[in-house]
Amino acid sequence: MTEMQELLRLLGELDDQLVGCMRCGMCQAVCPIYGQTGREGDVARGKISLLEGLAKKLVQDPEGVQDKLQRCLLCGSCAANCPSGVKALDIFLKARVILSGYLGLPPVKKAIFRGLLTRPKLFNKLLGLASMFQGLFTSPVNEVIGSSCSRWLEPLLGERHLMLLDKRPLHKDVPSLDTPAGASGLKVAFFPGCLADKIFPRVGHAVLKVLAHHGVGVYLPENQACCGIPALSSGDRQSFEKLVRANLEVFGQGEFDALVTPCATCTSTMKKIWPLMAQGMSPQDQKRIAELSAKVMDVNAFVVDRLGLTPPAPKAGAVPVTVHDPCHLKKSLGIAAQPRTVLAMNPAYGLVEMNASDACCGCGGSFTLQHAEISANIGMQKRDNIKASGALVVATGCPACMLQISDMLSRSGDQIAVRHPMEIYAESL
Amino acid sequence: MNDALLKEFQALVGQENVMESETDRFAYAYDAAVLAPVMPGLVVRPTSREILGKIVKLCNDNGLPLTVRGSGTNLSGGTIPSKGGVVVLTNALNKILEINEADLYAVVEPGVITAKFAAEVAARGLFYPPDPGSQAVSTLGGNVAENAGGLRGLKYGVTKDYVMGVDFFDVDGEIVKSGSRTVKCVTGLNLAGLMVGSEGTLGVFEKLILKLTPPPLAAKAMMAVFDDVNKASETVAAIIAAKIVPATLEFMDNFTIRTVEDFAHAGLPVDAKALLLIEVDGHPGQVADEAEKVEAICKSLGATRIQVAKDAAERNKVWEARRAALSALARVSPTTVLEDATVPRSKIPAMMQALEAIATKYKLTIGTFGHAGDGNLHPTILTDRRNTEEWHRVEAAIDEIFDVALGLGGTLSGEHGIGLAKSKYLEKETSRATILYSRRLKKALDPKGILNPGKIIGE
Repeated sequence: MTEMQELLRLLGELDDQLVGCMRCGMCQAVCPIYGQTGREGDVARGKISLLEGLAKKLVQDPEGVQDKLQRCLLCGSCAANCPSGVKALDIFLKARVILSGYLGLPPVKKAIFRGLLTRPKLFNKLLGLASMFQGLFTSPVNEVIGSSCSRWLEPLLGERHLMLLDKRPLHKDVPSLDTPAGASGLKVAFFPGCLADKIFPRVGHAVLKVLAHHGVGVYLPENQACCGIPALSSGDRQSFEKLVRANLEVFGQGEFDALVTPCATCTSTMKKIWPLMAQGMSPQDQKRIAELSAKVMDVNAFVVDRLGLTPPAPKAGAVPVTVHDPCHLKKSLGIAAQPRTVLAMNPAYGLVEMNASDACCGCGGSFTLQHAEISANIGMQKRDNIKASGALVVATGCPACMLQISDMLSRSGDQIAVRHPMEIYAESL
Repeated sequence: MNDALLKEFQALVGQENVMESETDRFAYAYDAAVLAPVMPGLVVRPTSREILGKIVKLCNDNGLPLTVRGSGTNLSGGTIPSKGGVVVLTNALNKILEINEADLYAVVEPGVITAKFAAEVAARGLFYPPDPGSQAVSTLGGNVAENAGGLRGLKYGVTKDYVMGVDFFDVDGEIVKSGSRTVKCVTGLNLAGLMVGSEGTLGVFEKLILKLTPPPLAAKAMMAVFDDVNKASETVAAIIAAKIVPATLEFMDNFTIRTVEDFAHAGLPVDAKALLLIEVDGHPGQVADEAEKVEAICKSLGATRIQVAKDAAERNKVWEARRAALSALARVSPTTVLEDATVPRSKIPAMMQALEAIATKYKLTIGTFGHAGDGNLHPTILTDRRNTEEWHRVEAAIDEIFDVALGLGGTLSGEHGIGLAKSKYLEKETSRATILYSRRLKKALDPKGILNPGKIIGE
């Protein structure tokens, strides 16, 4: 069988999902990229048509289709608003894997995913080194946000205002934990995720503080691997599976009631994408994935739903805080109330809602590197809404959103801090 | 497309607004109609009205078929391009040029999104009533070109009732002006009227003048439950006969009710044979009076239960169920064929019986809901277009639905347009002479036949 026939066969397997799209075009109303470009190939309806066209040989250009598929934030706005319930995100992830399998992975991505990301110890060490030298190439630019910019790295990173790697990543201060359940009677496994470990360790510390306060036991194993979404969204199933298995290994050794993460994207990946992509893995791995995924919870949802918090009344003169709803929390998992309850636990802050709080921030992982301009334009709309709310703090339950929003606010010279809801709660304890 | 011509398009609209790759073009080969895609030769996205005019001329000079596309939500294939033709996007022409609160009109570019316009108008304390189902994405240019309807058609009319003027490009890219900003205008031929519903076959819209009205001060919604479809249909007729014109008067059959309930858990009575969702609006006194009368009519004609919304939340709940109808039906099977054959409203009982017979005869699942108040039902066939044998039965059923509708004195399309999907039926409703007259008109205005060829009147 030629490779082309194999490609057509694999795309054919998506047919049952593709055929559900009735081309109504309602996704045009919610797609952040289409909102910027107005191009049909950028919206879910167009991408689904292209995949169908490729499968039926009406389109002969797999590279062109792959290029269109990469112009997507994987925010899930289309799927969440689809009248006929087409699972566009599932389709796009699977299609990226199929097309990368056919076309191969770009060398840079291959080097990063297979040489680095899938080797957690090496990855930690290398970024640890980088954290020591990054100061040489960057200079601080906004104290409230804690961002820096870099003339030296401009060819690579553009005009970005960066959040630097923390010199003390979480795993350095807290290499591992295994504490028993306390007053709550509950014990959780803690998966900080790459960003909360390496860039925002303050988020990780805040989570540990809140858990300790509520008498929740913590299992934090060493050598946690990335959740796998960066590799999978580039179509690298091999690295994705390797990362999943590495995590199954380290978490398989603990006993806990729930696995919590402070990262919306990690939560949604482990809860929904792991089982979705498990098919090709061994029956034993599939079983382990099913068991672990069932226990995965967003940390906000865990503390509110499982610990039963009752917020106090806000104090007079409370600091106005607004909430950005990460796509992977609200659209993917339906979690929007809990982060707000977590904020309300600190009476020194008062919630002010922004306009379109659930509109995507435009980050989309590596999308922001490959399509910097579109990403920044979407991000600036978010920034404008944050600014207009009058808040002094924006809270969001996803470190990737925190990165993008920090960049946008910092570039605009805003004095608005970017925090995780757990940080705000932890501050009151 | 040859290189020299491509360069001319690029020079006109800028390279970034010309799409020529296979993948870019294929993304404009379809619209929301269940029809095969047709690959255009080029897609251009003009960023000003002036450039739009020049593109029309360039296409005509070179005999290139031109299909204008807003958001491509068309249900009859009106935005499916000609093979090798040019798709002209209006979505960069999206400025509201004027909202005149003193004279109750607005001037807009053709690519303005319907719902955004309605919201902008509402923010000024005014009302733009046409509300097609696709309003969240559809464009006003598309609405005018298709004469789009919506839920409020019964009392407020459809898009044509709000078009005061259309300025459009002829095939030479010259601006033709029609209508005005005044309530009354009898200057010249009614070319704006000719443009409404012309599906891009006679001119390319440059800007639109739309009528606005003051919004109703109050509204009241209710749901009436029936154990017999005929009783529901008779109730519709009785409400109109009592000289009450509700803003909306919507119908759902048992299959739709059950499907919506499975999907949305809105608390609908799944054993009901039919539901009517009714809303009256206007001055608060009139609303209270009419709501009472409607309730009494429903009761006297055998409604088993009537639920009147007490507040905005309850009112919203009534309409949530109706809004969920298409989504819920669409999830049942891969392919959803949404028809809109329309009959005089007194013929709704007969139409409902015929639809049931057709579903049985062709062994198809048909859920029916829609705008009972204006006779515009949406029989929705749930199928899988990959099943060739079943698809043939679907086509035969559609033919028969049209025959029945026409036999009852109705029309092929209430609001979705003729496009490619229904052009072969046009003569059945009209006459050979009508088609020839229309073709002569088209030939005179568009001698090279570049404007959206094949739509409505064939080629």
